[in-house]
Amino acid sequence: MPFKVHRIEAPSNIVETNVSELMSFYKLMYKMRRMEIAADMMYKAKFIRGFCHLYDGQEAVLTGIEAAITLQDSIITSYRDHCQHVSRGGTVLELMAELMGKREGATRGLGGSMHIYNRKNNFYGGNGIVGAQIPLGAGIALAHKYRGEPNVCITMYGDGAANQGQKYEALNMAGLWNLPAIFVCENNHYGMGTAEWRAAKSPNFYTRGDYIPGIKVDGMDVLAVKQAVAFAKAYALANGPIIMEMDTYRYHGHSMSDPGSTYRTRDEINAMRTERDPIERVKKLLLANGVESAEFKRLDREIKKEIDDAVEAAKAGSIPPDSWLWKNMYAAPLGAEMRGVLPGQYHAPAFDPEYKS
Amino acid sequence: MLASRNVRAAAGPRVAAAPGQRVILSARAGRRALTAAKAQKKEIMMWEALREAIDEEMERDPTVCVMGEDVGHYGGSYKCTYGLYKKYGDMRVLDTPICENGFMGMGVGAAMTGLRPIVEGMNMGFLLLAFNQISNNCGMLHYTSGGQFKVPMVIRGPGGVGRQLGAEHSQRLESYFQSIPGVQLVACSTVRNSKALLKAAIRSDNPIIFFEHVLLYNVKGEAGDADEVACLERAEVVREGTDVSIFTYSRMRYVVMQAVNDLVKKGYNPEVIDLISLKPFDMETIAKSVKKTRKAIIVEECMKTGGIGASLSAVINESLFNELDHEVIRLSSQDVPTAYAYELEAATIVQSSQVVEAVERVCGGRVPVAV
Repeated sequence: MPFKVHRIEAPSNIVETNVSELMSFYKLMYKMRRMEIAADMMYKAKFIRGFCHLYDGQEAVLTGIEAAITLQDSIITSYRDHCQHVSRGGTVLELMAELMGKREGATRGLGGSMHIYNRKNNFYGGNGIVGAQIPLGAGIALAHKYRGEPNVCITMYGDGAANQGQKYEALNMAGLWNLPAIFVCENNHYGMGTAEWRAAKSPNFYTRGDYIPGIKVDGMDVLAVKQAVAFAKAYALANGPIIMEMDTYRYHGHSMSDPGSTYRTRDEINAMRTERDPIERVKKLLLANGVESAEFKRLDREIKKEIDDAVEAAKAGSIPPDSWLWKNMYAAPLGAEMRGVLPGQYHAPAFDPEYKS
Repeated sequence: MLASRNVRAAAGPRVAAAPGQRVILSARAGRRALTAAKAQKKEIMMWEALREAIDEEMERDPTVCVMGEDVGHYGGSYKCTYGLYKKYGDMRVLDTPICENGFMGMGVGAAMTGLRPIVEGMNMGFLLLAFNQISNNCGMLHYTSGGQFKVPMVIRGPGGVGRQLGAEHSQRLESYFQSIPGVQLVACSTVRNSKALLKAAIRSDNPIIFFEHVLLYNVKGEAGDADEVACLERAEVVREGTDVSIFTYSRMRYVVMQAVNDLVKKGYNPEVIDLISLKPFDMETIAKSVKKTRKAIIVEECMKTGGIGASLSAVINESLFNELDHEVIRLSSQDVPTAYAYELEAATIVQSSQVVEAVERVCGGRVPVAV
């Protein structure tokens, strides 16, 4: 699928790559896929509760983005954030433990599925409210520019969030001040149960920035994503914000409570799997270039085992203690006390980001 | 909600805190600082004091920045950032478009990376548009990220009832924000405490919502020097007394002190406490006062329903029940939109005559002081 562009020249659609790069893509995407499938099973087995939004089908978007940027660039996204933790250097165990509400989790069991953060590697979450992360992303880009850092902020959101007012507020400000912000719309064509054409008067999300240039990319093709994001990063650092629309698809429903088949047909989902699956695409390329299928079998087994081990370890993890309820309410210890449920109960809020006790 | 029982100074080494003195001077306070302090004893207006606070903190720390509508080239609609863009540049004094939700989120994002933004709401009431960002991101991020991200920002702006500004421009948002877990609420009232508190708020690593009042910007007084940084969690004893404890904050402090003039002539001796910290409450000072006078009156500009006084009344009843001789009296604004007509607007908010009447009711009769 060629790039579609708005107010900008398209990058070249000839991409150079090699076997080892493609293998690294395959490994990461397969890991993401198995992880999300494991989350699905754990949710059905009631180890994971509440909301759980799965990313399978969209792996190429994140993998391509990570391949084009560094860990010094920042990423912020919505609640469909499990895979960002792993792509930004977190472990599968931390993710699984967080989903199960264990103390070993990425945010100690306090955040849950929608609030995964990794400050060390510039992953700013993990946000529950649709679209609220977009102004945050503009703020992170502002901070990069304020400090003179050669870094961008990738702000990811969906086709549903693209209709939020705060997105346009953020775009306006980013455009005014030429912030190094890349706004990535992961268009999986459905905002929960509503198809894009029913929610957006103009579903050409890459043009909706008006004066902000945009590129539409085949989000199921990791090489196209990488190429486009590298181009966008160079553009953003030199000129200012740019919108990227990733044409992608999620196999699961919006979340685990949504079967995903009431507003779309099974034929459509199956067609995506057979014709545009991002992992199969990379695998075919590798098979055609000398990698043995036995190697894939070995790799798949290894990755499955890694995920299974992480799931078992997460299940065996421990519940966060009650005392953690009061930790890190405030960054500066106030010497104050918070009232408990019954009269006479007081708890001191402590600042303890290591959760030592 | 937070109720402070053992309040300690938030920043810097302390001077022994006598009642009423809640000023923390830095260790460098030697002769040079004292001379500078003496030299600064001219009276300035509150907006100038706030501007001095912002200027001094921006000079001291390059990560402090300001963002808001008309804060830069226009100089701030209440002049609190007048001329600062010339000194610090457009990026550090950022004129935003009119999009409260957007620029509040932007401030939170910048704060997550370690910058210290001061986000100005031109009127606190406009920040209702930014409520999601203030509640979910500004307030909760520190907790939900497992302590990974701090949000060291200050959200400031004027609120309260002005002079016939109409219902939408006369709001008191402290009552809406008080339930948000993770934020601190501070209300300044004098020239001196406004500067010292704003400096402390900027230096604090917690998100602080800093309430100023539309009608107090031109109040005159002395401000402290660059080293004077107040404790954000400590209430101010405005007047010591024995008959009744009157708890108030922001502009109502002046209404109360006006009532006190009348009350003294009538023979009363009220104690007046300016809450300063609306969340957490300074329970040490509050409890000490209630134990002394055994009667409490709250005078606030919030609505009767769900205001700061409602929370304070509950706290006093729950923790100081046996110290009270009378139920807590709460004087608050009427639960109506603020009318435009001057007389109706005045009837909406607490007037000093009503404070006098409340004290008379609570304390009973007194022998008037001979004039």
